[in-house]
Amino acid sequence: MADYPATLKYTKEHEWVDDASPATVGITPYAAEALGDVVFVELPEVGATIEHGTVVGEIESTKSVSELYAPVSGTVTEVNQAVVDDPELVSSAPFEAGWLFKVDVSEAGELLTAEEYAAHAGV
Amino acid sequence: MTDKKTPLYDEHVALGANMTGFGGWQMPLRYTSDLAEHRAVRDAAGLFDLSHMGDIGVRGPGAAAFLDHALVGAISQVKHLRARYSMICADDGGVLDDLIVYRTGESEYFVVANAANTELVLGELERRAAGFDVVVEPVPTALLAVQGPRAEEILRATDGFEEDPEASGGVTLENLRYYACAPMRFRGEPVIVGRTGYTGEDGFEIWVSPERAVELWRALLSAGEPFGLVPAGLSARDSLRLEAGMPLYGHELDTTTTPFEAGMGRVVRLDKETADGEPLPFVGRDALASRKGAQPARVLVGLRGEGRRPARAGYDVVRPGADGAAGVKVGSVTSGVPSPTLGYPVAMAYVTPEVSAEGTELAVDVRGRAEPFVVVPLPFYRRTK
Repeated sequence: MADYPATLKYTKEHEWVDDASPATVGITPYAAEALGDVVFVELPEVGATIEHGTVVGEIESTKSVSELYAPVSGTVTEVNQAVVDDPELVSSAPFEAGWLFKVDVSEAGELLTAEEYAAHAGV
Repeated sequence: MTDKKTPLYDEHVALGANMTGFGGWQMPLRYTSDLAEHRAVRDAAGLFDLSHMGDIGVRGPGAAAFLDHALVGAISQVKHLRARYSMICADDGGVLDDLIVYRTGESEYFVVANAANTELVLGELERRAAGFDVVVEPVPTALLAVQGPRAEEILRATDGFEEDPEASGGVTLENLRYYACAPMRFRGEPVIVGRTGYTGEDGFEIWVSPERAVELWRALLSAGEPFGLVPAGLSARDSLRLEAGMPLYGHELDTTTTPFEAGMGRVVRLDKETADGEPLPFVGRDALASRKGAQPARVLVGLRGEGRRPARAGYDVVRPGADGAAGVKVGSVTSGVPSPTLGYPVAMAYVTPEVSAEGTELAVDVRGRAEPFVVVPLPFYRRTK
């Protein structure tokens, strides 16, 4: 549980989001581990309006592709250019340097607490 | 059906491997990082468990003639302690499996089949053995591979691993040639060492009894560590073989594909003869003879990605239309990865002959977007030494 900060909220699709404004979004260590080495990240564009529960990007590892879901609705204010340039950051530091984008939240989706997420992911 | 476990299953789990089902076996996909394991093999060495591969013994006075009949290659011409890449085809010329055949005696061979095809190959060989003085039977063995530029030094440093020049006719690790094999010893027990592999690097494959597999695995890991050896999983194995332009059954090869389409026409020996000098009627000969020299409907090519998004097996290859419009489908990707060594996406694909020339600019439909790829010669990667 120490691996999943209680200050963050999580989705069943393995994203995390913090409660700052704008909020920062990333994927969980569980997802990063399951994906393997990430080699390509496609993120929404700055200014894009996103809706919680919908696909807003892709994360591609050496072996597979998975879709990135928006945990919240709102307007994208910033994307992490560092992970676009060096996608391995998603694998190595999913909670820190591997964050994906920031969003000005208009509405939160169905989010899980750290405890609920840990039970969901079986971590 | 429950997946089988190799004798090294518990070792993989203890090393924290991410296990996956492959060809009916539970195998390590990766231990830590695909990329790190891939790079270790290119720069130093990797240790692989290949015990899922099917090992089939063929022995008896008719063994050489039988393999000439059952496979597409001229196996009777393989010298003692040499190996040959070959294929077993159906009557219609379709590839049932690709194999490596090792000759371990005057009338003794073993055939290594892909895990998922082992039962089929064994059944076909037994069926084709009718009328030949030969015994075909599965050989219970473990198979470990040490692959990478430091492989020879690592085997030399492995506790209890010994050359056996008396049994091998003077063959040592140093003079063991590529696609050759030799009997050696591990802690007194005979093992077979082949200088073969599926990574594009120098390296060895070692057949050891299942009872001694764990001991050998641990001895190799511990001897190899100072040289940079790491255990490597199927994911690294796949990206390594793809960079080296080697086909994988079920991707580049299947029953609807002939060796000619796969660019492997050289393994088909239509010139094989019977003792009387007549063309040898091996299984698939008529169908393959009629196709030799004919332009196949599709050919296997290498594709290099111009962008960053890798193509994946099953994606369409298209001829780019004007103004980025989706073009006409001209083929299908059979394997694709972002190449860890080269830093760009690589793929193999079957395409129509008119777009197969080196330098042809094509595109791959990557989930609705046309990503630029260009036809390049195979292999993508060739080791320098």
